[in-house]
Amino acid sequence: MVAHAEHIPHRSGLAAFLSRWLLTTNHKEIGSLYLWFAFLMFFIGGALAMGIRLELFMPGIQLIAPGFYNQLVTMHGLIMVFGAVMPAFVGLANWQIPLMIGAPDMALPRLNNFSFWILPFAFSILLSSFFMEGGAPNFGWTFYAPLSTTYGPDSTDFFVFGVHLMGISSVLGAINIMVTIFNLRTPGMTLMQMPLFVWTWLITAFLLITAIPVLAGAVTMVLTDRHFGTSFFSADGGGDPVLFQHIFWFFGHPEVYIMILPGFGIASQIIPTFARKKLFGYNSMVYATVSIAFLSYVVWGHHMFATGMPLAAELFFMFCTMLIAVPTGVKVFNWVATMWRGSMTFETPMLFAIAFVILFTIGGFSGLMLAMVPADFQYHDTYFVVAHFHYVLYPGAIFGTMAAVYYWLPKWCGHMVDEWWGKLHFWTAITFVNLTFFPMHFSGLAGMPRRIVDYSHQFQDFNLVSSFGAMGLGLTQVLFLFIVIKTIRGGEPATDKVWESAEGLEWTIPSPAPLHTFETPPPWPISETEAHEGAA
Amino acid sequence: MISSTSRHARGLCTLLLLIVPQVVFAVELDMREGVTAMSQDIHWLHTVMLWVCIVIGIIVFGAMGYTIVAHRRSKHPEPANFHEHLGVEIVWTLIPVLILAVLAYPAAKMLSEIEDNSDAALTVLITGSQWKWHYQYLEHDIGFYSNLSTPREQINSCGGWLLADTFCELPDGDSAAGKAERDANEHYLLEVDNPLVLPSNRKVRFLTASNDVIHSWWVPDFAVKQDAIPGFINEAWTNVPQTGTYRGQCTELCGKDHAFMPVVVEVRTEDEFDQWIEDQRLAKELASGQAVADREKTWTLAELKSIGEGVYLANCATCHQPNGAGQGTTYPALDGGEIAIGPMAAHIDRVMNGKAGTEMQSWAPQLSDRDIAAVITYERNAWSNQPDDNIVQPLTIFEYR
Repeated sequence: MVAHAEHIPHRSGLAAFLSRWLLTTNHKEIGSLYLWFAFLMFFIGGALAMGIRLELFMPGIQLIAPGFYNQLVTMHGLIMVFGAVMPAFVGLANWQIPLMIGAPDMALPRLNNFSFWILPFAFSILLSSFFMEGGAPNFGWTFYAPLSTTYGPDSTDFFVFGVHLMGISSVLGAINIMVTIFNLRTPGMTLMQMPLFVWTWLITAFLLITAIPVLAGAVTMVLTDRHFGTSFFSADGGGDPVLFQHIFWFFGHPEVYIMILPGFGIASQIIPTFARKKLFGYNSMVYATVSIAFLSYVVWGHHMFATGMPLAAELFFMFCTMLIAVPTGVKVFNWVATMWRGSMTFETPMLFAIAFVILFTIGGFSGLMLAMVPADFQYHDTYFVVAHFHYVLYPGAIFGTMAAVYYWLPKWCGHMVDEWWGKLHFWTAITFVNLTFFPMHFSGLAGMPRRIVDYSHQFQDFNLVSSFGAMGLGLTQVLFLFIVIKTIRGGEPATDKVWESAEGLEWTIPSPAPLHTFETPPPWPISETEAHEGAA
Repeated sequence: MISSTSRHARGLCTLLLLIVPQVVFAVELDMREGVTAMSQDIHWLHTVMLWVCIVIGIIVFGAMGYTIVAHRRSKHPEPANFHEHLGVEIVWTLIPVLILAVLAYPAAKMLSEIEDNSDAALTVLITGSQWKWHYQYLEHDIGFYSNLSTPREQINSCGGWLLADTFCELPDGDSAAGKAERDANEHYLLEVDNPLVLPSNRKVRFLTASNDVIHSWWVPDFAVKQDAIPGFINEAWTNVPQTGTYRGQCTELCGKDHAFMPVVVEVRTEDEFDQWIEDQRLAKELASGQAVADREKTWTLAELKSIGEGVYLANCATCHQPNGAGQGTTYPALDGGEIAIGPMAAHIDRVMNGKAGTEMQSWAPQLSDRDIAAVITYERNAWSNQPDDNIVQPLTIFEYR
């Protein structure tokens, strides 16, 4: 975002642009690339979602044929999960982790470049499937066999290849983040002194390198089942379609924590800053995150209660899933305790962080309800589930990312965000997010299955409200794009410290952050005088 | 200025008064209680969970709301300094554990009852296929398919909408007429030609299976939801105390027409049910007699074509379209299609056996000799199709079997 061309050989026009952005190994530039890429995917995925909601505006098929509808549902999920949320978090990690631990760059800068530049290719392949004969993948982002194996469209093979590429990108990115955190912390900074955003990302990176290869295995088995005569997922050859679900969700459940843990970290950075009070229970926050990560590996079965699981397995997965509520509760209580008797102001990042805590907790409540197996038989595969995971993903992962952007953007580009616009974005976003997703609880409880292109009259009113909300929510994010561009282009200059009581190494460097920072490791802990100089 | 504002305000209020009651009161907000002991137990568990969540929510969000109001800088300029308290942290770890343990007990107990499939009086094998259900009464040797009976004209209303032609490769229906019929149809998308008939007050065991992809059989009022998985058989059960008609849907994405495979169950008294079984048995005998008569008769082109059109619209048109135009390359056009105007033997083979790995399924077990002969004859004479061998008799199909 900030041009510091002095280290780059002088070229002009396209060559200069390409050599800067294609060949960059700088963590800040790569971070920006990730964030812009995620932004683009967010809009593409959002456009697909608006197509879905337009079709669901009222009963009857008005706009989108059933086959194409399934393609929209599938691609919306894939693009939002792998194209928007994950790259956005990696982008934030790239920008912030070196700044927060006092490292000059990521530990493996060329690998960093490689892991980003895989993504545009992966998503070009995936998106190009819309234009292929037979259309894009149409089996849901969960690509259950045999819908994706025996019955998948030809483009399934491109989907498999695309997922492999995204997986390689994620694993390489995760390795880089782990190596950076373990090796490049400024001398003296112990693990238990790291900012929580760094901690949550370290744990996320472990989840990534263990979960993504399982996904790679699943898509490879789909590929060999389709073309090389294996029968992993087909009973005709001695396989089992449910095996696919076990493998997929063994990846899939850690994946949902991959999409939320960095958000926990972001909230834990922002709330203390604006409460002007240290984070309550730092240690228990770390332990809670680690326990959530461990538990995430033993709860995958709760996605599969309707597949005919034996009673003992149902009980095991129910109890383990309920246990997740304990560390998650600890985190929520700690955030409230951090706010308690603080001295709070409510700038845009704080508003998004508070909305994150509240709405994520609502998603957590519905998650707890879903964990109860008997009740899950009624909730499973209905809009109640759609409401649940959109509550943890939209106000969770997406609002978390937005909070982070509002919080750190002044550091990245040197301009404060115009609070009037930021607050307008917040209040419209929070109105429409609830208008879109809250009614889905009711349509689900009334019995509306998910992934249906058309529905009976009893679900009409709630779908109308959801569709109306979704249109507003989509437009609201155009406002976000406008605010980001406006802030990059100008605005009130940011001080080094940006926020009055922000703490951490990233606030000791100038705003905007120079291309190269911490070429010599900063002293740790930050001395009072230096922190003051930063603020001055 | 003022009067125009107040007029607007009044207009807005009227609008709200019109809309809000519709939205808030005309629809159920809660899970359906259902009619079986199981569904009512589950509803109870759901209600308990909901209230536990609401109470915790009130406490946590109440604390947050209080601190947001009371501890803002304008009211509380000096922040406190605490950031740890072991006692509090242990308490708020243990309390949730206790709440969860209390909740887990009834859930586990209920679950063990749900999973007890023993001592059923009747067993129904439910087989899903794209996109219909087949019900087989194992003790009575009776079986039939259950298809959506809502006419396509009520569903497809793509005509006349902006951009619809780009994303909706369906024939342009009359959207206004379709909408009127749809709105008048109380059971839009939740109606079938042959409902599953069950006796009341008897434990009925369901076995679920599938012919192609995974489906899931769900009747909310019974709280029975069980995946139907190809190659495997799952179990579930219900015992419905009240007679009546109960409706549900397939809940596992199963391809294009996932939205269009409803479940309708008619629960009758035990006597009525026994009578119904007897009727079905007689009907089956009649049908086999009819089948013999059908294949002994030599049918005219017009007769077969007119029967075939009905069969086509009920079974084939969802993919190949009523006008035979198909949809893209996935669902090939039959109008001028390679098979529909090619050799008869290949046409019979495709309809009887389907095409492996596609949604074109084997129709041999689903349709009678007469209906298969009729639909093939229809396809070879409809639209612009005029091959030389344009008629096939039920006897040929019988011999092919």
